[in-house]
Amino acid sequence: MTPNSAVQELISLKRVTKTYSGITALDDVNFSIRKGEAVCLAGENGSGKSTLIKILAGVEQPDCGRIEFSGVEQGTLNPRLSAASGIKVIFQDFSLFPNLSVAENIAFSAEISIGAKLFNKKRVNDLGRTTMARVGVDLDLDAPVETLSVAHKQLVAICRALATDARLIIMDEPTTALTEKEVRALLAIIRRLKADGVAVLFVSHKLAEVLEVCESVVVLRNGKKVAEGPARDFDSKILTRHMTGRDVAAASPKPIDKAAPELLRVDNLNKAGAFENVSFRLHQGEVLGISGLLGSGRTALAKALFGLVAPDDGTITLNGKRVALGNPLQAAAAGIGYVPEDRLTEGLFLLQPIARNVAIGMLEAHAARSGLLDLRSLWDETADWLKRLKVKTSNIEAPVRSLSGGNQQRVVLARWLARGPDVLVLNGPSVGVDVGSKAEIHDIIAGLSGQGLGVIVISDDLPELLTTCHRILVMKDGRIIDDVSGAAINEADLAHRLAS
Amino acid sequence: MVQNSRLYALIASPEARLAVIAVLVFAGMAALSPDRFLSAQNMTSMAFQFPEFAILALAMTLTMLTGGIDLSVVGIGNLSAIIAATILTSFAGAGLTGTDALMWYGIGMGAAILVGACAGLLNGVLIAVLGLPAILATLGSGLIFTGLAVVLTNGSAVMGFPAVVAWLGNGLLFGIPVPLILFAVLAAGLSYILTRTGFGLKVQMFGANPLAARFAAIDITGMLLRVYVSSGVLASIAGMVVMSRANSAKADYGSSYLLLAVLIAVLGGVNPYGGYGRVIGVVLAVLSMQFLSSGLNMLGVSNFSRELIWGALLIMVMIINSRPDLLNPFKAQRAKS
Amino acid sequence: MFDLTKINFARNETLVLLVIIGFCFLAALSDPGFLSLPTLFDLLRGSIVLTIFAVAAMLVLVSGGIDVSFTAIAAFTMYATAMLLNIYAPGVPWFVALALGMLIGGGLGAINGVLIAGLGLPTLIVTLGTLSIFRGFMLTFIGQKQITTLPAGMREFGRMMMIRGENADGSFYALPWAFAATVLVVVVTWFILQRTMLGRSIFAIGGSVESARRIGINVPATQFFIYVYVGALAGLGGIIHSSMARVANPFDLVGPELYVIAAVVLGGARLAGGYGTLAGTMLGVALIVLVRNSLVVIGVPATWQSVAVGVLILIGTGLPAWQAKRSAARAA
Repeated sequence: MTPNSAVQELISLKRVTKTYSGITALDDVNFSIRKGEAVCLAGENGSGKSTLIKILAGVEQPDCGRIEFSGVEQGTLNPRLSAASGIKVIFQDFSLFPNLSVAENIAFSAEISIGAKLFNKKRVNDLGRTTMARVGVDLDLDAPVETLSVAHKQLVAICRALATDARLIIMDEPTTALTEKEVRALLAIIRRLKADGVAVLFVSHKLAEVLEVCESVVVLRNGKKVAEGPARDFDSKILTRHMTGRDVAAASPKPIDKAAPELLRVDNLNKAGAFENVSFRLHQGEVLGISGLLGSGRTALAKALFGLVAPDDGTITLNGKRVALGNPLQAAAAGIGYVPEDRLTEGLFLLQPIARNVAIGMLEAHAARSGLLDLRSLWDETADWLKRLKVKTSNIEAPVRSLSGGNQQRVVLARWLARGPDVLVLNGPSVGVDVGSKAEIHDIIAGLSGQGLGVIVISDDLPELLTTCHRILVMKDGRIIDDVSGAAINEADLAHRLAS
Repeated sequence: MVQNSRLYALIASPEARLAVIAVLVFAGMAALSPDRFLSAQNMTSMAFQFPEFAILALAMTLTMLTGGIDLSVVGIGNLSAIIAATILTSFAGAGLTGTDALMWYGIGMGAAILVGACAGLLNGVLIAVLGLPAILATLGSGLIFTGLAVVLTNGSAVMGFPAVVAWLGNGLLFGIPVPLILFAVLAAGLSYILTRTGFGLKVQMFGANPLAARFAAIDITGMLLRVYVSSGVLASIAGMVVMSRANSAKADYGSSYLLLAVLIAVLGGVNPYGGYGRVIGVVLAVLSMQFLSSGLNMLGVSNFSRELIWGALLIMVMIINSRPDLLNPFKAQRAKS
Repeated sequence: MFDLTKINFARNETLVLLVIIGFCFLAALSDPGFLSLPTLFDLLRGSIVLTIFAVAAMLVLVSGGIDVSFTAIAAFTMYATAMLLNIYAPGVPWFVALALGMLIGGGLGAINGVLIAGLGLPTLIVTLGTLSIFRGFMLTFIGQKQITTLPAGMREFGRMMMIRGENADGSFYALPWAFAATVLVVVVTWFILQRTMLGRSIFAIGGSVESARRIGINVPATQFFIYVYVGALAGLGGIIHSSMARVANPFDLVGPELYVIAAVVLGGARLAGGYGTLAGTMLGVALIVLVRNSLVVIGVPATWQSVAVGVLILIGTGLPAWQAKRSAARAA
């Protein structure tokens, strides 16, 4: 095959397989994208999406399979080669340098790719300025990136990708931080890029917003390609079915007892720059959803409930008693539990044994006055909780890192449930969890509500909110703008309220 | 094949590898100078030598487990020794014997340990409450403690104690050197606290992931305060041993012990970024170091080459710990094929 | 125009500068003769070697590492160079001695570089180990006795004065040409950090190693350069130290590595990496030298020197740490 005959295919992966220490992340996947085409790559967390991105970006090398650029087979890729071939990735975490200026962040990879030895401040500033103008952004070139908001950081990341000749732009979860207006602006940029012949690959687990600019859709599940076709053949329901491998019944949670007593009340909670005048009630057995875009204040509010963020004023009352603000120890002692959003950095002690990760929550209950632990009862109860939450492991002394995402989340849940809290705040309970475990975690939530716990679910996974929550609060710019009953709203409606 | 894997299992953990190293060093030194190295005299003299810096290594271990470090241990040790020495010389004097001497020695030691605890508390407040990086907080406070020791003594040695003072550093109890017994008790105690108490578990979990510890509602401030106070107390005990052995106290005693203590802790498998470390590893590292330096001493090798060998040992152990598969030809081959 | 409202009082550099000014003000009050050329030259002379070390330490901190072995490299280099030249080429001019020192220092730095960049070992432990190795090797295999007769080149370099003056009482003061070497080091390092992609890559790695890898920065090569360059600077510092002291004492230099790092942190560099300026570094060194040389002038006995430096370190690093902690609590 000569390079010319395949010139239409800008990039193609042929039968690519990649395994990480025995786990197959990508299994015999074929994938291609043409000039000026926009493709949606859909899949749940752990489906192999990020591995595919990393292979295209040259960050990871496949175990076997071929990579072709314009029909020419590539040897071993590295980030520099890949970037030089015009593949630009906007990572979900943006991969920016917080200590460097906006201009430098935009121009750094461009300078590397032209092999610059000297740092030409004028050229860097010019490139920063022209790229921002092209994208339609106006930021201070000299501002350190750490001072920017999340949305502005994302714009810097987009500018960086577009700063040099881009032939393929890969956007990893492009819309999580953006409002509807910003998404529309982003789509306008994408259309212009496509007209210039740039290919765009959207990678996401919620793609409804970008489907309109895409030609085709590829769905991954458990490392395999399970569906592929023109974008018009997909809607969010079909996508979900392919991504999860089953029809997710839009079941609503069991209704709660109307007479259930009030458990938690939050009154006029304020935190400058994070949230304003937040008030709500939570009843026994109720599952309350709090949703909003990244930066809407939902995470700050969740942390404030558990004392990790100190509100400026307002009150939190649990079972009729005021809870001290801004003190996680007091919040936990009062009966509030918190399962964090980022399990790997905030939730788990990755290299520590599974058993210790659970036991750390109930040391006080198993310690004598002298501080000496009753190790037998501690490990017995730990094993018991692991069993109750169906954590699948052969060895509870193994590092918790060795568990799957779903089992890891159950370990964090077990730690909190062992303390017998009255209110459990779950921030992104099923992020990075496989489909089967996700359903089981939802069952656990339903079970907790059945036992009379108050549960607060913070999430932007709309189907999850609709299946688990009795009531959903929608946050925007730090305020609660909507308080809707879970049974009275559908996904499209909720999505609109979120991003309006 | 099976034997290969068994052999590998023997050296799979850092502590097991250290045990092998300690035994090899001991055997090597015994083979090179059997008469002198294995003599009872050498054994006792080693047992008197290492406890003072080994106790400092225990303090270092405890703070490193939290991901911190205590660079002020030598300063604390000297300052508390000088306080004790000043009490002894002012109220007891060299000629005092009997219960009076014992009483003043007890008061002096109590004061020294109190000084150690207060100094540790200052470190704890700087680190846990004010949020200073441990390395800078204890560097600065260490200078202050050493500086105060200089101010109190004008830089000269304080001496002239009752005879009882010599017992802690030079005495024998049931034929065993007292400092060795002291170190053994402290090491066993630390090990017990780390593995059997909630505090010990929290120390290790906090070191493994401070952020997750905060999210797990661990009382971080209280835990860190106790860690640095304990470190200060251990440092003052080491200061007491040094004072007893030197029969004097001075602001610049044991200044080479700081790096040595860090080196021993790291060599003993303690992760300086926190979360992992076992007292048994530190004990094995101390023994290896002591065997090596006594042995080399007998072979007529200069003191300075010890430093060279310690450094080389540290780097070697780090390389092996970071790539344990290098030790296992069986596994390495399989990975290649 | 100079604009008072633009001064950022939260910056370490500003704080350190204010403390220096305050110190000088107090000193001038109690001794009007304090604000004079001899005092300035004393200060500058005292900063020559420390500044070179501090610049080296700052570079490593910016990249997110920490190096405690540079003093051992300096001592090793100074002693080995003096000995080598005395034996093989006692007559070579001063610049050859300096070049040889930088070469030996760079070579020792390369050992750190291989262990850190090549094997990926943690910087603190590697340099702690090599500190012992370099020092132990020098004292065991090269020698332990002071070299009181330096090679001609080093002697000459130590005697070369830029400026000389005579006080009213007839005593002399002078600024050696070694000061120019320090200025050169600062200028070259400034150029590397601010005007080359290599320098920007050092900042980038300190900001986020993972991001640096993703955009194709050659992280190991950059790290390797850092440790070689730091080694060369340490070597240079060692040669200058012995030239000025007119003796190569193998027991000199090792010990204050952590104070040098503290001076750099006083000047605004962060232990976590990504931040550090040459101006701040020089101010940090100036403050430490000022306190060491002139504490007596403001009426504090010399025995309090160590306490004063300790308090300075705690305040200088504590204020920003406390501010950061408070603003982290304020932010969500």
